[in-house]
Amino acid sequence: MDICVCIKRYPSLGSAIMLTDDGMAIDTDKLGFTLSPHEECAVEAAVQLKEEHGGTVTLISMGPEGVEEQIREQFAIGADRAIWIRSDSTDIDPQAAAKAIGDAIEADETAFDLILLGSESADNANAQTGVRLAHRLGRPVATAIKGMTIADGVATCERAVGTMREVYRVRLPAVVTVKDGLNIPRYPSVPGRIKARKKPIDEVAADLDGARIQLKGLTAPIRESKGAQALGAGDEAADALVDVMKQIGVLS
Amino acid sequence: MILIYADHDRGELDPLALQVVSAARGLDADVHALIVGPNAEKCIDDLASAGVLTVHHGTNAAIDDYTPRANASAVVTVMDRLEPRAVLAAGTPRGSEVLAHVASIKDLPLVTECSEIALTGPGTAEVTRARWGGNLLERSEVSADVLLATAQAHAFAVSEDAGDAQVEAFDVPVTDADLEVSIVERTGAAETGVGLAEAKVVISGGRGMDGPEAFGMLEELADILGGAVGCSRVVTAAGWRPHAEQVGQTGTKVAPDLYIAFGISGATQHIAGCKSAKTLIAVNTDGQAPIMTHADYAVVDNLHTLLPVLIEKARAAQGA
Amino acid sequence: MAEELQAPSEAKCVVIGAGIVGNSIVWHLARLGWTDIVQVDKGPLPNPGGSTGHASNFIFPTDHSKEITQLTLESMRQYKEMGVFTECGGIEVARTEERMQELHRRLQSATSFDIDGTAMLSPSECKEKVPYLDDEVILGGFWTPSVGVVDSLRAGTIMREKAQEMNALTSLPNTEVMDIEVTDGRVSAVVTDRGTIDTEYVVIACGCWSPRIAEMAGAAIPLTPAVHQMKDIGPVPFFADAKGDIEWPIIRDMDTFMYERQHGTGLEIGSYAHRAILYEAGEIPSNEQAALSPTEMPFTQEDFDLQDEHAMELMPDIVGDETIGEKYACNGLLSLTPDGAPILGETPEVKGLWSAAAVWIKEGPGVGKSIAEWMVLGESEIDLHGADISRFYEHHKTRQHITARTGEGFIKTYGIIHPGEQWTSNRDVRLSPYYEQEKALGGVFYEAVGWERPFWYESNAPLVEKFGDAVMPRTAEWDARWWSPIINAEHLQMRETAGMIDLTPFAIFDIVGPGALGVVQTCAVRQMDVAIGKVIYTPVLTPRGGFRSDLTIMRLGANHFRVVTGGAHGMSDRKWFADHLPADGTAQLQDLTSSMTTLGVWGPNARAIVQSLTSADMSHEGFPFGSCRVIEMGSLRVLASRISYVGELGWELYLPIEQGAKLWEMVFEAGQLHGLIPVGVGVYGTSGRLEKGYRAYGAELDAEYNIVEAGMALKKVKDADFVGKEAFLQQREEEPMALMCTLSVTDHHSASGEKRYMLGMEPILTTDGAPIADKHGRRSFVTSAGSAPSLGKHLLMAYLPPEHAVEGIELLVEYLGERYPVVVDRVGATPLFDPANERTLS
Repeated sequence: MDICVCIKRYPSLGSAIMLTDDGMAIDTDKLGFTLSPHEECAVEAAVQLKEEHGGTVTLISMGPEGVEEQIREQFAIGADRAIWIRSDSTDIDPQAAAKAIGDAIEADETAFDLILLGSESADNANAQTGVRLAHRLGRPVATAIKGMTIADGVATCERAVGTMREVYRVRLPAVVTVKDGLNIPRYPSVPGRIKARKKPIDEVAADLDGARIQLKGLTAPIRESKGAQALGAGDEAADALVDVMKQIGVLS
Repeated sequence: MILIYADHDRGELDPLALQVVSAARGLDADVHALIVGPNAEKCIDDLASAGVLTVHHGTNAAIDDYTPRANASAVVTVMDRLEPRAVLAAGTPRGSEVLAHVASIKDLPLVTECSEIALTGPGTAEVTRARWGGNLLERSEVSADVLLATAQAHAFAVSEDAGDAQVEAFDVPVTDADLEVSIVERTGAAETGVGLAEAKVVISGGRGMDGPEAFGMLEELADILGGAVGCSRVVTAAGWRPHAEQVGQTGTKVAPDLYIAFGISGATQHIAGCKSAKTLIAVNTDGQAPIMTHADYAVVDNLHTLLPVLIEKARAAQGA
Repeated sequence: MAEELQAPSEAKCVVIGAGIVGNSIVWHLARLGWTDIVQVDKGPLPNPGGSTGHASNFIFPTDHSKEITQLTLESMRQYKEMGVFTECGGIEVARTEERMQELHRRLQSATSFDIDGTAMLSPSECKEKVPYLDDEVILGGFWTPSVGVVDSLRAGTIMREKAQEMNALTSLPNTEVMDIEVTDGRVSAVVTDRGTIDTEYVVIACGCWSPRIAEMAGAAIPLTPAVHQMKDIGPVPFFADAKGDIEWPIIRDMDTFMYERQHGTGLEIGSYAHRAILYEAGEIPSNEQAALSPTEMPFTQEDFDLQDEHAMELMPDIVGDETIGEKYACNGLLSLTPDGAPILGETPEVKGLWSAAAVWIKEGPGVGKSIAEWMVLGESEIDLHGADISRFYEHHKTRQHITARTGEGFIKTYGIIHPGEQWTSNRDVRLSPYYEQEKALGGVFYEAVGWERPFWYESNAPLVEKFGDAVMPRTAEWDARWWSPIINAEHLQMRETAGMIDLTPFAIFDIVGPGALGVVQTCAVRQMDVAIGKVIYTPVLTPRGGFRSDLTIMRLGANHFRVVTGGAHGMSDRKWFADHLPADGTAQLQDLTSSMTTLGVWGPNARAIVQSLTSADMSHEGFPFGSCRVIEMGSLRVLASRISYVGELGWELYLPIEQGAKLWEMVFEAGQLHGLIPVGVGVYGTSGRLEKGYRAYGAELDAEYNIVEAGMALKKVKDADFVGKEAFLQQREEEPMALMCTLSVTDHHSASGEKRYMLGMEPILTTDGAPIADKHGRRSFVTSAGSAPSLGKHLLMAYLPPEHAVEGIELLVEYLGERYPVVVDRVGATPLFDPANERTLS
């Protein structure tokens, strides 16, 4: 099976988010970077499928140079190659982004049986790239999937609703967007890291014209610290908690 | 005119649909709703009671359960006929999925998780939307003749406005591709006890629980209060609790009356999942853990010694 | 939290920092009786997010520095007392022959500094102790059974809580220091975001943030935050049954600058091998911004690529296992200093402002105790002169110097550092007025506290042939590194005719004013109320009677004394004298280090040379030994002082720095008629003085030993009071527990037949091979070693307990794994060369 996984590079945030002076981006000066849990599960699923069925796992990622760090890390997990769509930033109009990714996939020689994405990106949560890609490539798409098995060219996909699961079936080739909880992603091993250094990354240009959503600014939501009322500790606290519960009405 | 896509599951209206109606009425009094599939009668009544003037009911013999692309086709049909200024849906997996299909078919931009929407001109709109699970707000300008947007859950309050709605039934045109992906079956046991997403009380545990065993106490407490057990991402990554219980940006977002966080430090992605709680209580040995800035009440104490005492007192109070 | 905690309005002492050092200090201050101590940290408790919070927490006690070893052993004692120490043993493995030699050297130091149970291991013995090692990759290892791991967070909490239980301490977490107020040169308050605390004592124990805090008060703490990388992989099947944090010995893979240790069910791999990644304090994120903590920076895999491979070579079964994942990795921040030593003590810039920075976990509690003793009792039990913050000169405090040296030093963290090794970065900062002339003579420049001075001169190379074997050539590369037989040739020539020596790096300061005599009387052991024109060489003691320094004081006037001391400790000596200036301002200190230069001229022909340049009476009767006066040499007015650290007739010539080059020219030219050669520091610092048994501060002399033991006791003790007098009087009544001796090597031949020459710090053993210790538990080891060409011997100085301090006794010295016979040539200070001092007194 030849699988393609779309990944994105995000800053690892602390509890306070610092913005750049112009308020148009997060100040990532002192921050490290990572994938989102949804995407980690997507890569893990792809690698597991490769281990089971054979084939290749190709990563696609769009962004500036730093993206290589995440690509190499996922190589260490087991992905084989990557297509890097070079762009100035990772904050891109979702329609334009989907188009650029679609361009790259069509230009690539591989006929992907399955294209996996996170159900939404950790930062912008536009939640539409997978569906747009599916239309562009003429494939069926299942989104927000937490369980997936592949057999006889069909992906049986489960979406969690409370404790129940809705089951969808899509025939391959297909697009599936997945959610954290799909699996428990593995950590890269040291031998994996060593092999990762040699795996190929193909760079392509991005055509990002036609963006119709224009960012005006970012703000941290006004959060007056509620000034948590201290309820003490031990017995005193337990009594106080019970009082609060009664006040709210969850205890009669 | 504003069109909303109102989803339902086997006749049960999506609870967030009424919030979307509010969002729509904020833009225009003339709000139409679209509902697709069989058994939607009760939904139509619910929508009417929220102030929807016209409910479009799309059906097709081939659509017997949620079929995202077919539903999108229904939306497109109404759009083409009535040319709404905006089409809104709830920020749920179904709402975003259906509108994403609409956006792809109509080559339109789509903005999700909006908490504020303003139609600023014939082809422009300004939205405020959530980034990072609500930890950052984005203000953007959208250029499109029709604004496609999903509403952030609980960002728009439901307002009652009982009235009568006109119902217009129509046949949804579908292709094979439209019908290809739909729910073929449902599995798993129904919620025994209280569902996390709708629970009025959530008792949540984090790294400070030091292992799966202590969660037994959270289950007890949740039981007494009629609530559900939640946890942080650290807990699910360690395998102590199932992912279904994870509260957070990539887990479940909850909006209970009461959220108690035991041994949770309060990483941004966790806060994203619980900040809508009406009352948040944090129990942590670190009085300055990030979660404290989001808490209404704080207990700086060891949860392992506090919980047995608390459970006993709560049980006694309930019994009384 | 709703109730905003306010800081107390005043305190006896404010300690800034709640890492291992801050917590140790507050406890020891409380233990010594201080109360009203306030501790602040901008982070939360118990883990405020500094280096203590993520440190790997293991302790290898062996170090080539006695001071650091003592701090470490004391810290280990405290950690054990607190029940937070887990002994697991440690092996430093070698992949190269050069490293094997270094491991022998580490065993040497372990023996010299009383670390027991150490041994060299073969590769298979290493593997026996640590089965997951690939023994084919190593040549052997150095085993230390007492290596262990500590819970530094728990230790810090225990110490802090003990102080709180005594009601001596208030700790304020989440409290940021905004400013430090200084009034009349003394700390007066700490301004925090929870209020201002009036206080007279502030201790900066902030790790990486220390320079920033010190800057608020106008003081300098020259350290830089730097990264060292670590990665945790797991779970490791081999450690599946792990009961505690660590059960298997820690491995230090020295040649690859890495370590590997079990960490519960995982393996932690650390590296000091990468490029030096230095930070500015402003680049460290706040507690809120950091994803993990401010000192756990994002991991940069590309800097670890080579280390992945090295770790896999050494532990293929674990590290090469593809199923074991990388659970955690970070670029951890720690503090580095330009010379690698911690930064401790009262800042010279601001009184009452103390530094306790750049301290490793292994030294934390020891530093806490020492700083507290220093503050409360006036002196710490462990001699900290190597870490004393007053040691820095101005250029040491610049960002350029700090980054250059820490960048160079970081890569040497597990490196093999030869005792004579020179720094290569940031050189040529302080040049003496004779620099050009020295260069022209082929001076081979070594640097000391920034000053460049020839260690020897290539122009003297022909003398090697002249003296032949008497230059005691060295064939072993290690012995001959950073050394040249030319040094010994210069020595022999100087003793034959004369040598001129550049002494510009002397630290020189004048004490002037009506109160000047009082100051020098207080500081010096010797009688200072002497005639004008006398030169007194005197020890300076600590309150408890150990050595603080040894230096020369000239009386230039009734109210004018000139103190001259070696450059290395010059700034510390200056602070000592400055601290003893009277409060009423009747004495002032004037630093002339950068205004005066000194040229030494010594040898049998020295008088002839100097006399030819001046009409002043330079005869023995006219210019007695131990006197000084201003003479005219050409158009130069030169303060000539007749003393000698090389044991020859001659003078130190002092004059303004801008006239130095002229003096050199005059002396050199005049000297050509008398066989004068330029002579380097190789002679001045080692061969010259060893032959005369002259002790050096920092080698033979430190706070641990007293004047009687050093063999420098005077016949009489002056009536005037001085620091350490009471202790000194006591010492004179007691039997010394050890005596400074000079030994020589009787057979230099190693097992392979090559002649080997010791370099210092080697343990002295009985002929049975047992280490020697005195009744205080102080081990006997070589404090200074070097050639004595005029005697044809290689001399070793060492303290020996009375039973071994007997002339003629035969002992052994252990050097790089082999033992060589030595004999005690001298007990006490009578020189071996020219014992009656006929040359100096001629």
